[in-house]
Amino acid sequence: MRGDAPILPLRLEDLAFAEGGRTLLEGIRLTLRGGPPTLVLGPNGAGKSLLLRLCAGLLAPTSGAVRWTGPGAAMARPPRHLIVFQRPVMLRRSAAGNIAHALAVAGVDGAERQRRAEAALDRFGLSPLAARPARALSGGEQQRLALARAWALGPQVVFLDEPTASLDPAAARAVEEAVAALAADGIKAVMTTHDLAQARRLAGDVAFLHRGRLLEHGPAHAFFDAPRTAEAAAFLRGELYW
Amino acid sequence: MTRITRRLAALAVAASALLPALLLAPGALAGDRFITVASTTSTEQSGLFGHILPQFTRESGIGVRVVAQGTGQALETARRGDADVVLVHDRASEEAFVAGGFAEARRDVMYNDFVIVGPAADPAGIGGMADAAAALQRIAAARAPFASRGDDSGTHKAEQRLWTAAGVDARAASGTWYRETGSGMGPTLNTAGAMGAYALADRGTWLSFRNRQGLAVLVEGDRRLFNQYGVMVVSSARHPHVKAELGRRFADWLVSPAGQAAIASFRINGEQLFFPNAVRVTAR
Amino acid sequence: MAEGAFAEALGLVLGGDPEFLSIVALSLRVTLSAVAIAALVGLPLAALLAVSRFPGRQAVVVCCNALMGLPPVVAGLALYVLLSRSGPLGELGWLFTPAGMVAAQTLLVAPIVVSVGREVLEGVWEESGEYLRSLGCSRLRAVPTLLWEGRFGLLTAVLAGFGRASAEVGAVLIVGGNIAGVTRTVTTAITLETGRGNLALALGLGIVLLALVLLVNAAAFLAGRATRRAEG
Repeated sequence: MRGDAPILPLRLEDLAFAEGGRTLLEGIRLTLRGGPPTLVLGPNGAGKSLLLRLCAGLLAPTSGAVRWTGPGAAMARPPRHLIVFQRPVMLRRSAAGNIAHALAVAGVDGAERQRRAEAALDRFGLSPLAARPARALSGGEQQRLALARAWALGPQVVFLDEPTASLDPAAARAVEEAVAALAADGIKAVMTTHDLAQARRLAGDVAFLHRGRLLEHGPAHAFFDAPRTAEAAAFLRGELYW
Repeated sequence: MTRITRRLAALAVAASALLPALLLAPGALAGDRFITVASTTSTEQSGLFGHILPQFTRESGIGVRVVAQGTGQALETARRGDADVVLVHDRASEEAFVAGGFAEARRDVMYNDFVIVGPAADPAGIGGMADAAAALQRIAAARAPFASRGDDSGTHKAEQRLWTAAGVDARAASGTWYRETGSGMGPTLNTAGAMGAYALADRGTWLSFRNRQGLAVLVEGDRRLFNQYGVMVVSSARHPHVKAELGRRFADWLVSPAGQAAIASFRINGEQLFFPNAVRVTAR
Repeated sequence: MAEGAFAEALGLVLGGDPEFLSIVALSLRVTLSAVAIAALVGLPLAALLAVSRFPGRQAVVVCCNALMGLPPVVAGLALYVLLSRSGPLGELGWLFTPAGMVAAQTLLVAPIVVSVGREVLEGVWEESGEYLRSLGCSRLRAVPTLLWEGRFGLLTAVLAGFGRASAEVGAVLIVGGNIAGVTRTVTTAITLETGRGNLALALGLGIVLLALVLLVNAAAFLAGRATRRAEG
């Protein structure tokens, strides 16, 4: 649970990833610490999703390392960090059932599962939908359910890959509020987005990627008000496309 | 609610899977006193067993399970020890079986006869002939279609003996007018009827056969058409697990007055199919 | 012939003849048992095959697919040789009994359940594998999740197996021996009545068999639709 020994800071040491002869990420040196959300920004093809997957352990880097350096890093179960995708995977069960299943995989037993699933649904305003088939929910509801599911597992870090990209503005705001709720509960959110306004609202610090390289990393207000690199400035003006 | 549905569904599946298994458990079937008799399809299809076996079971309390196969397969089944008693109608094979040590002896039980059936139009003109071999000669000469069982059964072997007596090598014409179906008596008659072909059939199967399709008995009564049935009990010396005692009781019953009377009383449309001819043994 | 057959079928069903009822009951017992055993063993195997990668996996998949075409009469013959008193498993005493018939049909049904099941579950794994692994789910732990997740496709696989078993005659004829009252099923009875020339009765039995299979499939369809509505 969140009260356990922390796994952060997360250090990326000279991280690189290549596939099919093409270098997609190169020389990434980054330290992520606990606190408000870190937004990973950059134009298309910058390598944002790739970076998130590497951090979440779904891919192995070609060279360099992803190192959790906190005292609790050695423990593998239950998962201390989770990832939520742009289109969440929903199992063919009810909304509550999806959360319960994730808890079961994490080794939580019967009665406790029920309690935590209900708490998660409640926290994210999904209680009325508890018995509905998860796949029948709207895009925004499914995304909030994915966040509720992640929250229920009690991780320290949640990676979010463009969580609102395929949602209408109203749903997007609802999901954004859910992310803010995660952060309010002390979970470190590391998120990618195309929506600069959203980034401004959520970010504690910003990591800016361009063509596989990390160009900037720093406090949000510093990035948005006075970007150090020309690319970042162009990006903020909306002039950097890839 | 969905969790409960799931639990119930799981229980239903488990129950329906277990129930048949329980029903199939050994000993769940009624009566462990039974014997397995390997016999021929022609005997089974005539309906004889349905008539005489209930009487035996009533008198002895021993159930009889008949596995009906071709004569060759029935003897093979007995040879492998998968049957306790074998009842077939091919004396030469039966004597070889005894000689091989698979049974102690063979005993005559009953006989019936073969008939030559054919299309009503009778292209070979054999209707009413008294000499079966001569009739086959005419069929060969006319190259009229003939459906043979072709399965090394007792009937098939009798048919082959007739061709030999007629001096005709029918096998050489296989695929032309001589057609080997490789199947039992009934299926062969089905085929003969459909092809308008002649065939050699045992009278038992013929009388109970329901799909004659215009076939009729054309030749009968020749002594060479005589078909003898013999019973053998599989030797427990060869196969210790064989139910020799129960099997012997069945074989003894078949040749006893009671069994012989049961065989004689089996009729179809008032006509007797099998004629008991067991030799009365006064001393053992 | 056709009206005769339907009349026979109706007569059998309405007449309640004990011999007829016993062969229908035996057919259902043997086939349902075989399908149950094949599913219990085959579905988890299909799941394991879907998620694992090991040298020779492709060969296993190809062999399993090929076994779907195993001729029933060959399966029956193989089992006959094994179960014969002169054979290695003769001690079981399963020859000419329903137990032997169940074994033969299980041999025929299992490859279908495993092959079709594997195909279904590979799709499910592709859909949700990344998510499950992100939860720290091992491949082994994923098996029950996949089985439930793919339940609708797996039901089709099981029904395909049921169809194959209820239709076949070669295996149950050789291993069972078509003994009246003991190992006579609808399909072997059809063979017998055809051999007797009772074509109308044989066809009537065939109609009854088709109706049974239709009933089972309809029941499965309705059950599937009900769960789909309830749980998505």
